[in-house]
Amino acid sequence: MTYATEELLISTIAHLLDGLKHIAVGVLSPIPGSAALLAASRSATIKKVSIIGSMKEPYRLDGAVDLFDCAAQGRIDAFFLSGGQIDGQANVNLTGIGQYPNQDTRWSGAFGSAYLYFLVSKVILFREEHTRRVFVPKVDFISAPGTSAPNVYRPGGPYALVTPLCLFSFNRTKECFRLESIHPGHTLEEVRDNTGFEFDLPASVPETAIPDSQTLQLIRNKVAPIIADPYPDFARKIWGV
Amino acid sequence: MNETITDIISLINQIDDGSKIAIFKDCSVPMSLGRGLIKRQARNLHLVTVPTGSFLPDMLIGAGCVSTIETAGVSLGEFGLANRFGSAIKEGSVTVLDATCPAIYAGLQASEKGIPFIPLRGLIGSDVLANREDFQIIDNPFEKDDPIAVLPAIQPDFTVFHAPMADQAGNVYLGRQAELKIMAHASKKTFVTVEKIVDFNIMDHEELGSASLSHLYVDGIAVASNGCWPLNLPGHYDYDRKTIQSYAHAAKNQETFNSWIDIHLGKELNETG
Repeated sequence: MTYATEELLISTIAHLLDGLKHIAVGVLSPIPGSAALLAASRSATIKKVSIIGSMKEPYRLDGAVDLFDCAAQGRIDAFFLSGGQIDGQANVNLTGIGQYPNQDTRWSGAFGSAYLYFLVSKVILFREEHTRRVFVPKVDFISAPGTSAPNVYRPGGPYALVTPLCLFSFNRTKECFRLESIHPGHTLEEVRDNTGFEFDLPASVPETAIPDSQTLQLIRNKVAPIIADPYPDFARKIWGV
Repeated sequence: MNETITDIISLINQIDDGSKIAIFKDCSVPMSLGRGLIKRQARNLHLVTVPTGSFLPDMLIGAGCVSTIETAGVSLGEFGLANRFGSAIKEGSVTVLDATCPAIYAGLQASEKGIPFIPLRGLIGSDVLANREDFQIIDNPFEKDDPIAVLPAIQPDFTVFHAPMADQAGNVYLGRQAELKIMAHASKKTFVTVEKIVDFNIMDHEELGSASLSHLYVDGIAVASNGCWPLNLPGHYDYDRKTIQSYAHAAKNQETFNSWIDIHLGKELNETG
């Protein structure tokens, strides 16, 4: 079966969520949201997927304060963050480029990142653009730090980074990404050329597993109609629903 | 008749220049009242977005009403960057106090409890904390070697929002937006615009009462039908995507923003007198 790039990314992220209980998805995250729904559709352990922006049960949240309290109690197992810039220590910049505060380019701001990055055990970084302007040696502004001193209370942090080229894991002790697999049709050279930070890699880098027909059916039949509620344009573009 | 029930112009005129105003993120946003502030040429407002902001903060900034914005982020969401916000920050015409979402809520909750500050996890090591002179790190007094961030209470002069209905006693039905209660409890005054005023007491109804704000916290109510337009009021009306899209496009530069505002404030003039 042929698949769209988005479906490969959904399938890749979903594998990272197996065995979890509560997955929360933030704003502007149709692909992570679809991945959480895919994981939930085939996992007995996933009890709730909370999608910010969904107005439908069981995906809606009981208010934003509840989301943050929930995270602080360890009741959210996975969350997704992106960044205008992400560096090799997994520092995330959602604030802007240039000298703070009067930055040349100002993005939205930190949102919940400066808090959730510390408290959610598996934070998955996701960005649909894999270039050196995104994956930089050092971010201009640390909206949320990837690592902390040992005495800082931090049960959570970065777990993986998924891009259209590859999948990285993050080693919190070494404070460094490791290339886990490269998506079909892409090469190590391409990953290196487009990544501005150093990363570890195995002697031989495997190819990312493509979604099988059963997975694609789940995505198209189960996931698509649900994600179309908070993300109508996305669902129309990918699946025509 | 309860004297808190008035008209929207009276509410707008009571919000002095320089006031600190709390606005909820992306629903229950009092757009009619906001346009009224632009029309009256309000100045030096200190906006607190709870915890983030979208069209209204961007519009107020573009119209020159704002001198400081305390926010976890301003964005037009799927419609893109908040360009009036971004360009004001670049020029330095607006001071930004960057926060993170739960820090805004926690600051308001401190105010609700009448305490001067509140601890919050996270933040340590971020440039958000590093750039906030009013955020500090203390040692947990109950544990050894456990640094924790502390944030000052946030007490807005006004909380302003739009709600489905109020009653003659001044109770306001909020629906699911429980965060609006925190905002009202934390603020010196709360002004609410509503779709309608009903002639029964909301608090007498078990199901409505639990999702409502007591009149104790409400200082002014005015009817503004479609008061969230072009934004949504959950359970009542959806976004006007076409108008929002036209705003997002126009707000890319100041000139086209100005003409967009001229056209859309004209409409409002006729609606509110």
